[in-house]
Amino acid sequence: MRQLGEVFGRLREKREGALVLFVTAGDPPLAQLPAILETLATSGADVIEVGLPFSDPIADGPVIQASSQRALDRGTKTADVLAALRGFDLAPVVLMGYTNPMARRGLGRFALDAAGAGAAGTIVCDLTPDDAGDWREASREAGLDTVFLAAPTSTDERLDRVCEASTGFVYAVSRTGVTGAGHEAWDEARTLVGRIRARTDLPVCVGFGVSGPADVREVCSFADGAIIGSRLVTLLADRWRGGEGREEVAAWVREAKAAARR
Amino acid sequence: MAAVSPSLGRFGPYGGRYVPETLVPALDEFESSFRRAWADPGFQAEFEGLLRDYVGRPTPLTEARRISERTGLQVTVKREDLNHTGAHKINNALGQCLLAKRMGKSRIIAETGAGQHGVATATVCALLGLECEVYMGEEDCSRQELNVFRMRLLGARVIPVSSGTRTLKDALNEAMRDWVTNVRTTHYVIGTAAGPHPYPEIVREFQSVIGREARAQYLERHGRLPDVGIACVGGGSNAIGFFHAFLNDPMDLIGIEAGGLGIPSGHHAAPLTAGSPGVLHGSYSYMMQDEDGQVLPTHSVSAGLDYPGVGAEHSYLKDSGRVTYRSASDDEALRAFQEVAQLEGLIAAFESAHAFVPLFERGGLSPGARVLVNLSGRGDKDMERASTLLGLQS
Ligand SMILES: Cc1ncc(COP(=O)(O)O)c(C=O)c1O
Repeated sequence: MRQLGEVFGRLREKREGALVLFVTAGDPPLAQLPAILETLATSGADVIEVGLPFSDPIADGPVIQASSQRALDRGTKTADVLAALRGFDLAPVVLMGYTNPMARRGLGRFALDAAGAGAAGTIVCDLTPDDAGDWREASREAGLDTVFLAAPTSTDERLDRVCEASTGFVYAVSRTGVTGAGHEAWDEARTLVGRIRARTDLPVCVGFGVSGPADVREVCSFADGAIIGSRLVTLLADRWRGGEGREEVAAWVREAKAAARR
Repeated sequence: MAAVSPSLGRFGPYGGRYVPETLVPALDEFESSFRRAWADPGFQAEFEGLLRDYVGRPTPLTEARRISERTGLQVTVKREDLNHTGAHKINNALGQCLLAKRMGKSRIIAETGAGQHGVATATVCALLGLECEVYMGEEDCSRQELNVFRMRLLGARVIPVSSGTRTLKDALNEAMRDWVTNVRTTHYVIGTAAGPHPYPEIVREFQSVIGREARAQYLERHGRLPDVGIACVGGGSNAIGFFHAFLNDPMDLIGIEAGGLGIPSGHHAAPLTAGSPGVLHGSYSYMMQDEDGQVLPTHSVSAGLDYPGVGAEHSYLKDSGRVTYRSASDDEALRAFQEVAQLEGLIAAFESAHAFVPLFERGGLSPGARVLVNLSGRGDKDMERASTLLGLQS
């Protein structure tokens, strides 16, 4: 199982930006997840975020909302998602989601199950270091990284806390807003990354509004990695079709990775 | 979920702040400006002045003589229905909008279920010259259409929400997303005692005028306190505002949730009666969820109670046993709605009608008990549905 520290260390040596890709577990159907993960990793994804669907995703825009709903309508369950990850070791997998489904059977148990399935860490959209004491402890014990989000609105004191609580990497939210493709300017993100860098040696990846090679190139000029979510979710929903579109997806990933190479 | 880290704004284990990082600085700012304002006699004078001269407080206590005769109880009603805009919601909307002005926020957003909170917020925004946008589930827009018209007339933009169950929960989701996007210019006026810290506490403080008034009025008139206090519980703002002044008194306090088609049917909105603790809309509290932590759809005849979560302080009061929470079904609420109209000439909101149900239950309250019921709002908004449900057209 490849862990985040190893992957980012290798990329740093090669002076390459990381391509981080988000997929919703269960959309396309969960049975396709192993094939999707393999396609992404072999085409250039350095880290993969696997979204655990939640019925009330307040940090997500329309694309990921709809995708989560489709996944839930197909009956996607947390335990099945973890089972689908087992055996995948081509890139570190970070589980991304919301507190309630992760905590439903107890944080400690979830952390152990996630680590047991091979996950490298978690990103919890509605959890900040303020309320995460137990979660950090459970993750430490299970050997999971805890990636926290930093926002353009975060004060210096809050950035200190986010950097202190994060392991693996820090997730810099590019703008005030929810997930979704489309972005006008990267000035806010650039400033935020600088403020984070002043506080930690951890890699900093930028997400929200990163949708294609041009964004990836721009973001990787000032950050350690670029995170693409909604755009890939749309591509998979429209084109994957049980694997028929595998080559199209792979080509898209290769192009995005080329842009991350700087 | 067993473990939550003790942190800010907890009622026992409940509450906290489960929100995207982007919002935390705004919540901190909201809290500190509230603390400053609440300690500022100038703010208090402005708030109380408007509650008196604009909202019409204090609201009266009415002796419900014919209900008392019918039930063998001694029933008194706190008349929040007589507030300007027709419900308790304006107490909180006024307080929060005054704070928003102090924080220099020019834009207000709100969610609404029954439309009463939306109307109250739109009203205060008109009064204070603030821009107002209200999120409302599509289903609620149609079942509370009159309130949609009222909000528009007041100059607010009503944004129908078509995601999820198209009711209050989804309106809250959409308002949260708007807030994450526009947090620098916008204040989000949550309409109930739920949400992330500091909302549950601030909403309670703005609503606690209900119980403070009622307690003083009851003591003055009866020379003693009631035996029982009852309020309906959606997110819990009228109930917490009503209960709070009585928490240290030797009184039974009862919160009534929406039992919908009955608890066993699963079609209800009674998280305290039939749910379990979890994290929804920024706080850890009882909620309706499946075994995988997904939020369950709810049902209630009343849009304002049709919500799968509840304010964190109610969860604490349930566990501590200080307040008893029960549910009343749609049918029971509709019967109480008619009884209260025909016995007292009071047309209650469907939400408020739930609070009257225990009065008419056989074997519920002890005979002769002195009962104070909070009539949280009036039912004009519900007349169209009432006419269909009760066959009032002919
Ligand atoms: C008249 C009335 N009562 C009660 C409620 C329920 O809200 P809460 O539980 O916050 O008082 C509503 C909500 O719309 C309402 O309009």
